[in-house]
Amino acid sequence: MSGARRIGDVILAVDSVSLAFGGVRALQGVSFDVREHEVRAIIGPNGAGKSSMLNVLNGVYHPQQGKIIFRNLEFRDMNSRQAAKLGIARTFQNIALFKGMTVLDNIMTGRNLKMRCNFLQQALWVGPARREELAHRKAVEEIIDFLEIQHVRKTPVGRLPYGLQKRVELGRALAAEPTVLLLDEPMAGMNLEEKQDMCRFVLDVNDHYGTTIVLIEHDMGVVMDISDRVVVLDYGRKLADGTPDEVRRDQKVIDAYLGVAH
Amino acid sequence: MTTDAGTLDTFPKLLMHHARVRGARPAIREKDLGIWQTWTWQQYADEVRALACGLAEQGFRRGEHLALVGDNRPRLYAAICAAQCLGGVPVPLYQDAVATEMAFPIQNAEIAFAFAEDQEQVDKLLEILPQCPSLKRIYYDDPRGMRQYTSAQLMSYDKLLEIGRALLSRDPAFIDSQIAKGKATDTAAMFFTSGTTGVPKGVVLTHENLIDRSRAVAEMEALGDHDVVLAFMPPAWIGQNIFSYAQPLVAGYCICCPEAAETVVSDMREVAPTYYFAPPRVFEALLTQVSVRMEDASALKRWLYRSFMAVAKRVGTRILERQPVGPLDRILYHLGDFVIYGPLRNVLGMSKVRIAYTGGEAIGPDLFSFYRSLGINLKQLYGSTETSVFVCVQPDGQVKSDTVGPAVKGVELKFTPQRELLIRSPGLFKEYYKNPQATREAKDAEGWFHTGDAGYVDQDGHVRIIDRAKDVGKLADGTLFAPKYLENKLKFFPYIKEAVAFGDKRSRVCAFINIDMEAVADWAERRNIAFSGYTDLAQQDTVYELVAQCLGQVNADLAREPELANSQIHRFLILHKELEADDGELTRTRKVRRGFIAEKYGSLVEAMYQGRDSVHVEAQVKYEDGRSGTFAAELKIRDVKTFAPAAARRAA
Repeated sequence: MSGARRIGDVILAVDSVSLAFGGVRALQGVSFDVREHEVRAIIGPNGAGKSSMLNVLNGVYHPQQGKIIFRNLEFRDMNSRQAAKLGIARTFQNIALFKGMTVLDNIMTGRNLKMRCNFLQQALWVGPARREELAHRKAVEEIIDFLEIQHVRKTPVGRLPYGLQKRVELGRALAAEPTVLLLDEPMAGMNLEEKQDMCRFVLDVNDHYGTTIVLIEHDMGVVMDISDRVVVLDYGRKLADGTPDEVRRDQKVIDAYLGVAH
Repeated sequence: MTTDAGTLDTFPKLLMHHARVRGARPAIREKDLGIWQTWTWQQYADEVRALACGLAEQGFRRGEHLALVGDNRPRLYAAICAAQCLGGVPVPLYQDAVATEMAFPIQNAEIAFAFAEDQEQVDKLLEILPQCPSLKRIYYDDPRGMRQYTSAQLMSYDKLLEIGRALLSRDPAFIDSQIAKGKATDTAAMFFTSGTTGVPKGVVLTHENLIDRSRAVAEMEALGDHDVVLAFMPPAWIGQNIFSYAQPLVAGYCICCPEAAETVVSDMREVAPTYYFAPPRVFEALLTQVSVRMEDASALKRWLYRSFMAVAKRVGTRILERQPVGPLDRILYHLGDFVIYGPLRNVLGMSKVRIAYTGGEAIGPDLFSFYRSLGINLKQLYGSTETSVFVCVQPDGQVKSDTVGPAVKGVELKFTPQRELLIRSPGLFKEYYKNPQATREAKDAEGWFHTGDAGYVDQDGHVRIIDRAKDVGKLADGTLFAPKYLENKLKFFPYIKEAVAFGDKRSRVCAFINIDMEAVADWAERRNIAFSGYTDLAQQDTVYELVAQCLGQVNADLAREPELANSQIHRFLILHKELEADDGELTRTRKVRRGFIAEKYGSLVEAMYQGRDSVHVEAQVKYEDGRSGTFAAELKIRDVKTFAPAAARRAA
């Protein structure tokens, strides 16, 4: 199926990025690139530096060495707001939603950067603020429809089962209309059916919105099924990079990850 | 009616009539992106005309079949009518059927044209394409996820509409001449019966059949364009089709399509339908939800609920039927209406329900009176696909829990010596498609339809159905054994979802039980009972005790009825899995397929009769994604307390 998606040029690249916390070297000279419209997976055993890598892309961590190239612009490091403005959105490994707010409101927060009216206009709900809110509500409703969560639209997120919360988080990231979507273990802790649903949604997002997706995942089956290319990290170094088939056959990967872990 | 009903003898003609006389009134509503969107009768008619032109351009000929797979959506109903405009035959299929189940109808009727709601349904149709070479065209409504599909058969609904609009502007008279060609005796639709046994049969119904029956009941209940219906059952079910297609076209009322299957309850609250039809299991599920939520309520609320429900049970039904009630009870009931019944009706979305029907199978008497005592005018009807539904309907003021009411105007009834009910009615089907033998077996030379149901007419002229004629059996000692009657009694308990009773030609009755996962899980959680899933929960000793108590109560009831005292349930086991339509254990309308279950679980049945305490089971399971696996478990078998007829009478 992946052949049918129009994979384009490199949109995002990291070049020899190194990151250390004191004496702990989380990433050591990692380089790889992400092409437009592809599904790119980062895999590796626990502590391999997967989440650190995502946090570097997202501007949470600032690497000591190396650079990030996004749409031909070079960055020494990113900050989160800048990343969001450039069109990079993410989800978190441990769900980071507003538990007391409804699904609708949570997804609406994802539109934050797109709101133009000032506080006073919004408080008075004058013409432009009102038009703006309706437009945002429509965008949010389309996402709710897309992710098939109409039945919990008005339910506080804290009352939802885990699998649905993950879906809401994906919804909030989508609300920012990102060009690149970073997913931190989107299927962690899910049962088989929830995983299959999530896979379908990730592929649908990729297909429908053309969003480039970078995902970290533990579940090898999932990764091999839905990714176009996979990069393998181990102890902060890049071990392998290629299509799922190439990576699966790579002896170093088998030794470091598949062979030892199972 | 402003126009002579005689000239409006097909559904497309009726639609054009409504567009003329009430063009600006709502015809279909659908909740989309959180907002109810309305099609007026004029828009409905315009859509149908354009769509029919599109189909005509695609080579859809008179008498041709159009398969429809999808949920209740305005466009699905528009497609049904568009096919009828061209003299074609819509064939709605169950949208939750697996692909292989769809192959038979398509092969049987050599269907070339199909309408699919979305990617999921398209996938199923494409999957069976190799077995169904007749299928030439598949139109899909929702384009989501469809961009990469390249099959030559596929075309979007929007594209079809575009083609149709082009023809419509070129030759506006074409479609009107097509509609005018339609005759009352033309086939209007074909429904494949789920059938509790054997292969499905295509029931052929004409415009005359469906319109006559719809009109008879619309007149009886004074249905008009002020009425509102929520369409939430599968459109392939004749009941839903009558209520959301045939009857609205006859009476001019508005139907509403819910946003998604999961939002039905809240959509129902928003829409507040006035006319409601659901099979008993929907009423059961609603009651279970209410019971579960009441268990979680505060002590004061529980006390109020219990006290006022006792009042409702005593006098509610009599007040609904305007019979005399004591002044104190009347005051109490009105207080209860303010505190409990009114809010409860509101939560159920039934505040405005004027007429509610249940049918399709027998309803437990307690379940039935629960709704009536709340002030909801729930009534029973009797009918089947072959009879265009309406055979018997209970008129207001003549409602009894154990009958299905007198015959509707136009229906003749009689019984065979074996108590099988025979029917003659203008709504009777034309034939089973390409199955003259089955047609002859069901409909005799004088036009009597053999229903297969056993029953009799009581002193008030109401029909009482006991069971399926072939299911009514005898215990070894010759006394009556009516399994469905027992099963319905069991299913009234919120903890029991399905039951299968055995006893024909046996000395005593034993039963399989399916617990209701939602209700029992809640019960277990409140008692700090740990469990990992259905199978684990079902085999807990405490759960067996809970179920045994329910069965004990049923036995005490049965002991009071002389002819059924011998049908008390002696032993039972709780099945390791829920009965599923996907495994062939239930029909798509969720009726228990008793014969199939008895065969599939033969060893379990024997174990119960051999007096064993447990039985080993190893089963093939099909998962929802189509894969299958096996698992093994040890099922417990327990005895139930039974009552001697006399002792029970003393206790009562």
